Amino acid sequence: MLRRTLMATAAATAMLGGMAMADGHEPVKVGFVYVGPIGDGGWTYEHHQGLLAVQEEFGDAVETVFVESVPEGPDAERVMTQMALEGADLIFTTSFGYMDPTINVAAQFPDVRFEHATGYKTADNVSNYSARFYEGRAVQGHIAGQITESNTIGYIASFPIPEVIRGINAAYLHAKEVNPDVDFKIIWVYTWFDPAKEADAATTLIEQGADVILQHTDSTAPQAAAAAANEAGAKVYTFGQASDMIEFAPLPRVSSIIDNWAPYYIERTQAVIDGTWESVSTWDGMDTGMVEIGEMTDAIPEDVRASAQEMIDAITAGDYHPFTGPINRQDGTVWLAEGATAEDFGDDGIAGMNFYVEGLTAEIPQ
Amino acid sequence: MLSLEKRPQPSRTWTLASPIVAVLLTMIAGAGLFAALGQDPIEALTKIFYEPLFGEFSFFYLPQLLIKGAPLVAIALGLSIGFRAGIWNIGAEGQYIIGALCGAGVALALYPSEARWLVFPAMLLAGALGGFAWAMIPGLLRVRFGTNEILVSLMLVYVAEQLLASMALGLMRNPDGQGFPGSRNMARMDAATSWIDQSNGMHWGVVIALIGVIFVYVLFAKHILGFQIKLAGQAPRAAAFSGVNPARLVLFCLGASGALAGLAGLTEVAGPSGIVSIDFNVGYGFTAIIVAFLGRLHPVGILLAGTLMALTYIGGDVAQSSLGLPGAAIQVFQGMLLFFLLAVDVLTNYRVRLRERGAA
Repeated sequence: MLRRTLMATAAATAMLGGMAMADGHEPVKVGFVYVGPIGDGGWTYEHHQGLLAVQEEFGDAVETVFVESVPEGPDAERVMTQMALEGADLIFTTSFGYMDPTINVAAQFPDVRFEHATGYKTADNVSNYSARFYEGRAVQGHIAGQITESNTIGYIASFPIPEVIRGINAAYLHAKEVNPDVDFKIIWVYTWFDPAKEADAATTLIEQGADVILQHTDSTAPQAAAAAANEAGAKVYTFGQASDMIEFAPLPRVSSIIDNWAPYYIERTQAVIDGTWESVSTWDGMDTGMVEIGEMTDAIPEDVRASAQEMIDAITAGDYHPFTGPINRQDGTVWLAEGATAEDFGDDGIAGMNFYVEGLTAEIPQ
Repeated sequence: MLSLEKRPQPSRTWTLASPIVAVLLTMIAGAGLFAALGQDPIEALTKIFYEPLFGEFSFFYLPQLLIKGAPLVAIALGLSIGFRAGIWNIGAEGQYIIGALCGAGVALALYPSEARWLVFPAMLLAGALGGFAWAMIPGLLRVRFGTNEILVSLMLVYVAEQLLASMALGLMRNPDGQGFPGSRNMARMDAATSWIDQSNGMHWGVVIALIGVIFVYVLFAKHILGFQIKLAGQAPRAAAFSGVNPARLVLFCLGASGALAGLAGLTEVAGPSGIVSIDFNVGYGFTAIIVAFLGRLHPVGILLAGTLMALTYIGGDVAQSSLGLPGAAIQVFQGMLLFFLLAVDVLTNYRVRLRERGAA
């Protein structure tokens, strides 16, 4: 037995020259770190769909591993280090709070490539990537402003970071555009995934008169809360978040924003296999299909569906930017002049957006 | 027919044996759970318990044990003082947060001072005082108005979480952070870091946990106060007759556990975590309750229990990524530990008797 092993090793060494065998035949190992459980039905679910797509695309050439429900802090650093130690070649860290841990771990493993979602830091072996969810929020606002009867739209917000604030602003601007009387009620739950808190927030918003609920949290609990309210005689509309959440259609879920990570994950894995991986910053939207709008149900009037589709087409074609002036900040100062479109980065860029637009009455928590 | 009969004295054998039996039962039930999930149960248990300690990458996992175990041990030690006296501080999570905020407040206020001799001791003091003060709220309310410290301390956790969010978004937000929430990284400030040797997992929280073990051991073994605490827990009336001041005892127990939790929070925020962020706390204050009971409220037991708990966290993540076990299975596994401990603990106070059917 021992002899055979030795011989096999010797043969392999002779034929392939030692380490070359590892390069040629071992599958590329791709790791995913998730902030919620893969069954959340929203954010993490869609990232996991991306993992499955990578596995499907490359088959035996790729090995995928993941750890779910990893808190954003020292635990994340440990999980990433562990993946790198166990031979991962490429690691996707899929939450904003993983940014510093990713940078720290990447510094210790220069040969492992990291991809951090929704942050702003990069390194030689760290890319970042995100989607222009605000494009989808604009469409949501456009629909929500027209289907609301109480003129009150509830918004379940997670953390007051630019991504979330940007979404609120985009939705509000486009709701206001079609319905000047619209009012936004915003509840901050300080979590990405907590079905109980999310359901409480949805119920509170409904009790305060909101008949459209938008959510920036990852579970389907707000959809279920709205469905329960509808069974009790209310008429509440919701939108699927991060994932289609089609099981709640046609009511309360009337449409959705779908994050489609699969093409990006496949492309980046391919780059590692080809040896062409480089650190990049990616921020894609409807144009590449990273942001999709889920089917609009019959609960939305036909003319609204048509105008929403026009907006989707215009954004996809690059003809319309959801942040096009004139737009003032909440304090009344000018942010974008007539006809100007927002920059991505810089002092006035939307990447670091930390203010509400004019008309929103709430305050960003400090 | 089986029946339970109360023992005149808690069984000493079972007091010591029940945690071990509970761990074994958890492993057996866990093996069944993993098998039901289609995994090789032996391999899963090996990944959880053996891999971090003796596996290929133990050089990385062993220091992680210190990092994960230190706050659990420090907080559980504090809790054990009160639990022995029948004073139930359930809000260590809140005291942990407030300790971290007070210590971080000092560090950030003095930034960019490089005088470590001043900054770090001041942080330690602030962290301990912060946790102490937060625990004094349920303490004073109980002493003065007879409120229930379980409810008050628990409710104050949620208040502390709101304060934490507010600090991370407002007062303590990194001015160079491009508008994103979260403070400056204190682990990278020479004057404020709680790291002693990061590659070996050594930080001041570990030191404090170890000193705490000795401190609590001496308190119960040698000190009159330790005796009074035990007496108050076992025989409150006898304690009152022997001159124990119940109000002082409540304040001491809550204050000591608050201060230890505060120190754990401070050393975490200035070391492993580094920043005050909205979701800085990950439940150490609650897990420590399990650790305290698993360790039989004894300092050495708590040290072992804290290490075991840390091991299940670290090994659980290993099993997740290498075997694809779902995260929830690991949480169920940890939950079973407490479940079996409580179940087996029945044997400490009760004897199982086989009674004849029909007998009066």
